[in-house]
Amino acid sequence: MSARRFNWPLWAGFLLTLIASLSYVTFFVKFPETRDFPWVNLLLFLLAAMLVVVGIRRGFARDRAHPTRSKIVTSIVAALSALVVASFIFAIFIAARWLPASTGAPHVGQKVPEFTLSDANGRQVSLNQLISEPIGGQAPKGVLLVFYRGWW
Amino acid sequence: MRSIEQSLASFNQAGIRPVAISVDSAEVTRDLMQKAGYTFTFLSDPNAEVIRRYDLVHAGAGEHGHDIARPAEFLVDRTGTVRWLNLTENYWIRARTEDILDKAKLLP
Repeated sequence: MSARRFNWPLWAGFLLTLIASLSYVTFFVKFPETRDFPWVNLLLFLLAAMLVVVGIRRGFARDRAHPTRSKIVTSIVAALSALVVASFIFAIFIAARWLPASTGAPHVGQKVPEFTLSDANGRQVSLNQLISEPIGGQAPKGVLLVFYRGWW
Repeated sequence: MRSIEQSLASFNQAGIRPVAISVDSAEVTRDLMQKAGYTFTFLSDPNAEVIRRYDLVHAGAGEHGHDIARPAEFLVDRTGTVRWLNLTENYWIRARTEDILDKAKLLP
């Protein structure tokens, strides 16, 4: 076998786990089809895992120039890759479910509480205004209230 | 909210006014709207008073342990009555705009 200095599958696999994680929050989250279930990212993780497995086999091969050092580096990079995948799974499937039950939220058929809040320009806006001010010359049929976490 | 902005014409046509509410200040909200290109109504509830009245407080989940809103969507008719709502169990999973527009068609 040829002299294998650089264990590229190992590092490519590690890099791919990082790309797979970051691409979800920076890109795939923009599209409902790839956001609701992160299948693209999980596929990328699968590819990364295959690369890392190949990398581990290389790193533990007997023909390495520095077998001990190679084994240590390989183990650390493989463990880091696993950690990245585990963090992603934890953040998306577990921590994201830590939401209050909100059992006291208005139900279907109930009236929602009236409110007056200021908009982005500092103008005071009431719910009553929102459901009565015309939209394009027509009386509105209703409002869609979207509560979001915000940037804080 | 990105998909709401993209479907704003359909919302207008359906006679539904989308309104986003969070604890963000007007300043932060303006910044978000500018960066993301949002043009519909955004309201600030900095002390989570309205969010609390709707029982949507996610206690301590914000920066420095501030209370923030959990994600939630309510379709409210012109009498102020809830016609449809979505309380997601995972904050990466949100209601689809096309589903909301379908529900909006049922409003009188």
